[in-house]
Amino acid sequence: MTSPLLSAKSLSRFYGPQLAVKQLDFEIYKGEVLGFLGPNGAGKSTSMKMLSGNLAPNEGEITINGYDLLSQPKQAKAHIGYLPEQPPLYKDLSVTEFLSFCARINNIPSLNRKSAVDTAIERCGLGNVRKRLIHYLSRGYQQRVGIAQAIIHTPAVVILDEPTSGLDPIQIREIRQLIKDIAQEHSVILSTHILPEVQMLCDRVKIINQGSLVFNDTTDALQQQMQSSHILLTLGSPPDIATLEQLPGVTSIDAISNTHFKIHYQPDHNPTQIILESTVSHGWQLTALTPGQHSLEDVFMDIIQQETDQTKE
Amino acid sequence: MFTLARHELYRLFLSPLAWLILALSQLILAYLFLTHIDYFMQIQGKISAIPGAPGVTELIALPLFNNAATILLLLTPLITMRLIAEERRNDSFPLLLSAPLSVTQIVLGKYLGTLAFFLILIGLITCMPLALSVGATLDLMAIGSAIFGLFLLVASFTAIGLFLSALTKQPTIAAISTFSLLFLSWIIDWTGNTGESTLFSWLSLLSHFQPILQGDLHTKDIAYYGINVGFFLTLTIRCINTQRLS
Repeated sequence: MTSPLLSAKSLSRFYGPQLAVKQLDFEIYKGEVLGFLGPNGAGKSTSMKMLSGNLAPNEGEITINGYDLLSQPKQAKAHIGYLPEQPPLYKDLSVTEFLSFCARINNIPSLNRKSAVDTAIERCGLGNVRKRLIHYLSRGYQQRVGIAQAIIHTPAVVILDEPTSGLDPIQIREIRQLIKDIAQEHSVILSTHILPEVQMLCDRVKIINQGSLVFNDTTDALQQQMQSSHILLTLGSPPDIATLEQLPGVTSIDAISNTHFKIHYQPDHNPTQIILESTVSHGWQLTALTPGQHSLEDVFMDIIQQETDQTKE
Repeated sequence: MFTLARHELYRLFLSPLAWLILALSQLILAYLFLTHIDYFMQIQGKISAIPGAPGVTELIALPLFNNAATILLLLTPLITMRLIAEERRNDSFPLLLSAPLSVTQIVLGKYLGTLAFFLILIGLITCMPLALSVGATLDLMAIGSAIFGLFLLVASFTAIGLFLSALTKQPTIAAISTFSLLFLSWIIDWTGNTGESTLFSWLSLLSHFQPILQGDLHTKDIAYYGINVGFFLTLTIRCINTQRLS
């Protein structure tokens, strides 16, 4: 395997006695989208801040494209683009002015500056607001300016901290599309607490809880975890729950309402066929039969739960 | 670094604050300037007979620069308060911190940008006495020395303001603390003058300005301002670095 573009080894960070991030390892390879998941307060933003050089870690080291972030900050920072939770904007500037300032502080030579600004504007779909003051743009557009700022110097790694928080659904969709486009050319680290976002965008997932890593695998592996062992059943004239429970393979039944049941079964004994036959022969009037799927939220909670149990033991 | 300085200056002029400060300081100083001229006209007849009597430069230009120093003391906090505190408040500071810039460059860039603004202000003030050269002979060396002194003074004010702005997230707090510190460094001179100790007098920013204003350029005064600026800029850099660590 090629060496990672960005790697961090055993990062730790304290806020006073409070532990924010504990022994976190991080690596991202070329052309990859890494999802960084965690509930609020798990240490996502702290990690992002450390990776982007805004916050110095108490322990550990960060290497970006071969440069150590702590000893060669300038070279290392040239290879990252960072969008914090709050987009860092000078709201009294127009979009073009702001981006050309960003181009300047990122040492883009004056010859390429204009084209760099134009490219960033075009890629982020800011064409028709380029002369407007950032202050008067909507939240979604401000977020785009924030993203444009992060990619203007074509960094190897783009770090986005909750890029879709606080946007309306349409804007969220647009920003996600934009992130997909960006991922074509840059490696992206995306922190979020919205799980479907990770499913849609990321190749690999890291889940962090209370400062430590609890899951680190591909998105497919996360999907595997979502395989579930229950069926959702709706019947027109249902029998007693006891009758249903006696069907082979069924372990337990939750009655969601009078006619709506959640049937749990042993993993290797899927009772779908038996249920189907029974409903027909007993005239239970089947209206809906859905194979259950864990939502990512459940998996998320499971993983975190497991981790907490382990630490207790 | 110069990019930042330019950016800082440009943004200053985007806000009405900079224009307002330029306009109002001109207004106040112009008024004072005119009273000085009036006064000079009154006593001109009496002193013209005395050999070696003070002339236009001593009676109009130098008092004007003295007044300008006081007014700048009041104005500097208003300009410097936003330097870093406002960046923090608007969450725009990460932009600079994650750019390939060292903290030293960020601090110096902001400092130079603000200083450039004050140079413009001093330039405008200088126009007033220079306008007198149409009808009178001016001691240009004395005026040059006064300008230089004023510049050193403002350079120190700005460094102090920048440091206090780096300490807080609230521009207002930065402004008030800068103002208090500058004011203290001004009035501390009074105790220095009455008491035995010259320490307080030595500490005072304005007491080092007086000799330069009179045309007495001493290395010790220049060094005093130099050390002042260096000290507060270093503190600012240290301070921002520590905030990244804690």
